Amino acid sequence: MAKILIELPQVGESVVEGVIDKWLKKPGDKVSKFDPLVEVVTDKVNMEVPSPYDGVITRILAQEGATIPMGAPIAELETSDPAALQAQPSSHSAPATVPTAPSTPNTIGTLVEDSLGVGPTGGGAGPNGQPSETPAGASVATEERFYSPIVMKLAKEHAIDLAQVKGTGMAGRVTKKDVLEYVESRPKAGVAAPARTPTPAPSTPTRPSADEEEVAVSPIRRTIAQHMARSAAEIPHAWAMIEADVTELVKRRQAVREDFKRREGVDLTALPFVIKAVVESLKEHPLLNSTWRDGKIILKKRINIGVAAAAPEGLVVPVIHDADAMSVARLNKAVRDLADRARQNKLTLADVQGGTFSVNNTGAIGTIISRPIINHPQAAILTTETIQKRPVVINDAITIRSMMNLCLSFDHRILDGAEVGTFLQSVKRKLERMGADTPLH
Amino acid sequence: MAAKSVIEAIREAMLEEMRADSRVMVLGEDVGKRGGVFLATQGFIEEFGEARVIDTPLAEASIAGISVGLAFKGLRPIAEIQFSDFWWPACNQIIGEASRAHYGSNGALSVPMVVRIPYGGGVLGGLYHSQSIEGYLYNTPGLKVITPATPYDAKGLLKASIRDNNPVIFLEHKKTYRAVRGEVPDGDYIIPIGVADVKRQGSDISLFSYGLTMHYSLEAAARLEKEGVSVEVVDLRTLRPLDKDTILASARKTGKVLIAHEANVIGGVGAEVAAIIAADAFEYLDAPIHRIGGPDAPGMAFAPTLESAYMLNPDKISAALRELAAY
Repeated sequence: MAKILIELPQVGESVVEGVIDKWLKKPGDKVSKFDPLVEVVTDKVNMEVPSPYDGVITRILAQEGATIPMGAPIAELETSDPAALQAQPSSHSAPATVPTAPSTPNTIGTLVEDSLGVGPTGGGAGPNGQPSETPAGASVATEERFYSPIVMKLAKEHAIDLAQVKGTGMAGRVTKKDVLEYVESRPKAGVAAPARTPTPAPSTPTRPSADEEEVAVSPIRRTIAQHMARSAAEIPHAWAMIEADVTELVKRRQAVREDFKRREGVDLTALPFVIKAVVESLKEHPLLNSTWRDGKIILKKRINIGVAAAAPEGLVVPVIHDADAMSVARLNKAVRDLADRARQNKLTLADVQGGTFSVNNTGAIGTIISRPIINHPQAAILTTETIQKRPVVINDAITIRSMMNLCLSFDHRILDGAEVGTFLQSVKRKLERMGADTPLH
Repeated sequence: MAAKSVIEAIREAMLEEMRADSRVMVLGEDVGKRGGVFLATQGFIEEFGEARVIDTPLAEASIAGISVGLAFKGLRPIAEIQFSDFWWPACNQIIGEASRAHYGSNGALSVPMVVRIPYGGGVLGGLYHSQSIEGYLYNTPGLKVITPATPYDAKGLLKASIRDNNPVIFLEHKKTYRAVRGEVPDGDYIIPIGVADVKRQGSDISLFSYGLTMHYSLEAAARLEKEGVSVEVVDLRTLRPLDKDTILASARKTGKVLIAHEANVIGGVGAEVAAIIAADAFEYLDAPIHRIGGPDAPGMAFAPTLESAYMLNPDKISAALRELAAY
């Protein structure tokens, strides 16, 4: 038997930390390998951390609500699994490393002469002190370093691994200045390299008055809020709308609907037709499938369409990867699959990463016009609105047609009205051409 | 614009207010013929007469009590307590009556009085003429407490205090009276009560102070600048109400905070400033909040060596700033 530490697993390149949402086990619980132990919320997706081995949970090291860096220990497990004993580094294998209360506590303590003080008046060299000789920037184990609140805050905002930052403060402490200089100097690479998040203007927190009620915010809600605020603050949004006559498309859908459902097992909606038109138009207008990064436009070679979906705790945007290689039927299936799994909280990290353009079917909630916020750092987002029958004028005659509005928010740093206009015309043309002979497969 | 001393600015403020408003009057020990122990009211009795410039007996409780009564009747008395150390007999009238009348009468009564109190050390005043009393006043709701450091602030704030409809304690650091000179505009201007002033912009450390130590703080900040550390000096000016917004904005900007005051550190105004920052700007802090001030001694001693050991000075503040900068 040995006690081992369970770490928060690394789940993706751009994910540096997670919030412990809910423990499913408590100390003393027996667990089997792969039993879900804890629900963790990351800025991408919720996940369950499974137990790596059979055993008994002995301690919980990360409390609910705490933000934990990937790789940090979250619980202690007692196991006799030989694989565990081998896998665990020696420092963790001996039970002695787990501090427990001694049976007769020493209430007096020991006087350590020449130990280092803490705080602005402490510190400095001392023969028996802690590493006063630590040269600035020497590698200090993350657990041993103290980070001030502003350093933690900046690290979070800029997604920085503080272990990489050279400290120039007392005994090698990482100061606010060190972090800011690191942000300025670090190479600006990687999709996830976050742009500088504007620091919110300082404001005095207000308390709710008697006729108000404060609602605690879930980690997911907070993540959505941060994401939206960041997008709205960083991206100069512009907006355009176009209407498409989808009468023939509606007829096509009605004609094949029952048969499709019988054969494919799922309902055929209008959304995959729109996605089809969008991805084809994106190929013609690659500038809409791009991102603004460090003053440059980065074109994306893959077309991965994010589809906004309602999950129990809030909005998620799972991604249909390589949507340009899919038929209407496959797109339909992918949309349905992602939406179902979003509702059941079953999305994986891969499902929500790598989106290059987003589509949002606000028509499903009955809207006819909406102005979406761009899914940062993409260049644009398109909403499909409710299809409704309207009298329209064709060849100087009034006739009833099924009309749908398409609304597009776009990053005005990358795109101007002219390009957006031709893109929307392209989507419109493709949708209006869809009809009786549009292939489903 | 003429350069004036703090005491000249204070005299000018009272003179202008008395000329402009016949309800304004002064009372206190020696304020008449003598013109006040620091000459703040010199020439007043000749201009305004004995009805508006009252030489009182040596009885601080009665100075405060009479002021409360005058204020109840619609006059606007400015009482002078010669030295802050003799404020104790007046305590009951000021804390027990003046501070509560407006609240206790549900707003029916106003108490438009100002109590001017010279305070602080550094003038070899010994155990009975050197104390900083703002910590005691600070804990009293219903009082406004003001501590100007410059002639400009002194005139503008004293005028605002005289026009205020409830009791204001106006603390004047004795050493600044003649040691600090600065430009003071002629004529009327007001500095609103409850607004701090950033006397020097900086980005690395926020240094909060008031009164005499504000000047020492500015000197220390200038020294640190040469060492590559940028110190922002915020003059609190009004201790009650404290200007939370300015305090928090500065602390958030720099992430490191030093609070310097002459009064002893324990239970002082600095504790409140520290608590405000810890509560509402915690996420912006890059170092523990630090305070520097007088030692926990019952009073300031008479011996010059002991007095200077008690007092803050630019050296002590600079040393504290350096430690904070290195943290």
